[in-house]
Amino acid sequence: MPRPAPAAPSLAYRVLGAVLVILLAGGLLVAGSTWFNGRQAARQAYDRILVGAANDIAESIRIQDGGPFVDLPVSAFELLAQAPDDRIHYAVTGPGGEPVTGFGVLPGHPEHAPGRIAPEFFDADLQGEAARFVTVTRRFAERDFSGEVTVTVGQTLRARRAMALALMVDALLPMVLAGIALMGISWVVIRGAVRPLGALSQDLAFRDPYDLTPMPTEGVPQELRVMLDAMNRFMGRLDRQMGSMRNLISDTAHQLRTPVAAIRVQAETLLEEDSPPGRARAGERLLARTRSLGRLLDQLLSRALVIHRTDSAPRVPVDLREIALEIVERRDHELLAPGAEMRLEIGPEPVMVMAEVFSLEEAAKNLLANALRHGVPPVVLGAEERDGQAALWVADAGPGPAPELLARLGGRFERTAQSQEQSAGLGLAIVKSVAEAFGGRVEMTQEATGFRVALILPAAPGEEAP
Amino acid sequence: MTLLRYALATLLALLPVPGAAQEDIAEFGSGATEMTLMSTTDIAIIAPVMQRFADLNPDLLLRYEQWGSNALFARSRAACEGGGQGAPADAILSSAVHHMVWLVNAACAHRYVSPRTSALPPVRRWRDEVWGLTEEPAVIIYNKRALGGAEVPRSRFALLDLMREAPEALRGRIATYDIAASGLGYLFAHSDSLEASTFGAMLEGFARVDAVATCCSTEIIRGVADGQYDFAYNVLGSYVASVAEPDVGVILPEDYTLILSRSYMIPRGARQKEGATRLLDFLLSAEAQGMLAEIGLVMSADADEHGLVPSARRLIALSPSLLVALDANTREGLFSIWNNAFSLGGSP
Repeated sequence: MPRPAPAAPSLAYRVLGAVLVILLAGGLLVAGSTWFNGRQAARQAYDRILVGAANDIAESIRIQDGGPFVDLPVSAFELLAQAPDDRIHYAVTGPGGEPVTGFGVLPGHPEHAPGRIAPEFFDADLQGEAARFVTVTRRFAERDFSGEVTVTVGQTLRARRAMALALMVDALLPMVLAGIALMGISWVVIRGAVRPLGALSQDLAFRDPYDLTPMPTEGVPQELRVMLDAMNRFMGRLDRQMGSMRNLISDTAHQLRTPVAAIRVQAETLLEEDSPPGRARAGERLLARTRSLGRLLDQLLSRALVIHRTDSAPRVPVDLREIALEIVERRDHELLAPGAEMRLEIGPEPVMVMAEVFSLEEAAKNLLANALRHGVPPVVLGAEERDGQAALWVADAGPGPAPELLARLGGRFERTAQSQEQSAGLGLAIVKSVAEAFGGRVEMTQEATGFRVALILPAAPGEEAP
Repeated sequence: MTLLRYALATLLALLPVPGAAQEDIAEFGSGATEMTLMSTTDIAIIAPVMQRFADLNPDLLLRYEQWGSNALFARSRAACEGGGQGAPADAILSSAVHHMVWLVNAACAHRYVSPRTSALPPVRRWRDEVWGLTEEPAVIIYNKRALGGAEVPRSRFALLDLMREAPEALRGRIATYDIAASGLGYLFAHSDSLEASTFGAMLEGFARVDAVATCCSTEIIRGVADGQYDFAYNVLGSYVASVAEPDVGVILPEDYTLILSRSYMIPRGARQKEGATRLLDFLLSAEAQGMLAEIGLVMSADADEHGLVPSARRLIALSPSLLVALDANTREGLFSIWNNAFSLGGSP
């Protein structure tokens, strides 16, 4: 036995997964940008402190005994202590790069270009820890000293990092909360959206295999409704086909019992008859019976076919005049009622319907056969369109069936007293089936001129059938 | 040039007795693991606390070396820069807190965080690498006999008035630390110079009465007790308490009183960092703090006991601002006005 394929993840999880991925991707982007912004903000803020402290020190330089002397201001260090946990470097150097005070110029520091006044920022190491430095320059032009004194102040980056992180966390925290809330909401929404699907599959799973009644479609979302309608149509067709199959079988059994019994009796009679004329008579009756049985089988088959085709064959535009013409041209009536007068009555305009040719022909054949068998000639076959309704009709000059019969006509096996043995009573039933299949009806009218039966279908606007 | 001069001075301070600059050594406990604490605190004062630590940690042998603050700084700095001689310290406890801040700023310290260190106020720790363990006031002491029934000067202003009114009576009878010899003396002088304008007036006054700048707490206190000096300025209060001389009176100046927090540091190169952190946590424990308070190293927070209003308490904060104290130009400036005032009068 083949192993069942592993089930694909549920629809809800798929959608939720997609939402999660979108949120995560967005979150990563935003986190990256807030981290970048936070770093920028922290860098700007602490760079200002750094340059402030450096200027503070530069301001405190005075010339004493022909050389620069720094009266190092505590305020500069208190300013730097705004980053409370960061180590500090400072160096003051004279015009030739000689140290004035401080910790001296570190190996990694860039050479100071003479003449530059604007503060110069740079990144370098401070005893193995990344640090940010600034160099400011103060120019002196005194009697006993002239030249540039540079002040370099640096600080490690702990406070900057802490600030950048805090800024990022402050920006991200509400977004994380919003993301969690969004996930929760989408979970609820998605669960709500797929719930009908779950109910549907539940319903299907517990359904009786022979239950072909339509699934309920109230409150089902539009997308599902399409599927459900298709399924219901499919089940309806299946149901009708199964029904017609059942009918066909029971009809056949029912219909065949009597003629087959009769044939057996007549065959026995034939065997027991001694006189040649008697044998001949019995032989004729046997032949008539077998013919009748053949017609019955034709009708049964035709009805089964009509029911099958009306359900499965596609509808195409059909001109009813062509159906009538075809029937007349086949000259079946000459077989059924030799010598009977037969007329065709069609106009110049096409009579279009959306239907299926075979079923219409069967219906027309049966209408004509009924008229020929039970009616009074002349028999007229016609097609016409009136008030948006197309009609294929057969009329004869007779009075038609008795009124009490009229109401019952069209059911299966409804045979009149006048029904000859050849008739199975299926003719009108076939016509009715065709009418119902194409959204029409059967109309029987008794007029002064005679009896008329019409298959009335909604007319299709359009061109003549190809 | 000035930097070179400073470097030379440091070098000279180091050279005479290399490797044997410690003043005294004691050992506590008899455990297998030996750790070394280098401290500026007199062994005699702090011995009970160290003994208690050794009792609580039988696996350790605590080697306690007593150093002068400048020598200890020079040695620690050399060890940090990779040029040290002898075994490095596992922990340093120094009253010259500006030295400790300098070492931390030079990335010479080991970082450590524990609930007890976190409980310290921010002014008593920096970068979780140096911690202030004690609170000791810088006081003015006087000889009770010499003062007789006269009014005790309760503030610097009163002492200034006294020096102005009777310079002859006080000539050569006021002592203070020699800032060149004592790191602590220098720190107090530097803090005074930042704290108030009285510093200049004080130096002027000292100059007028030929005050004596000399070395070492013990000598100064003994001098006051013996009647050699009438007053001593900026003496560490804890030493006075430990000597317990009946004739010595203590003044916590009411204008402001500097408070020093003796600070503890674990060098980056320490071999017994674990032992050093245990010692730190012990010294910050309620029991050790109680013992330190008993021997006068932790001053009571209760204002009634010492009569000091909270606004007059000036704790020397462990912050990078103390780097200014060690700046070559600042030192030069302070030494020049100091030497002007004392004009070699009492210098050794």
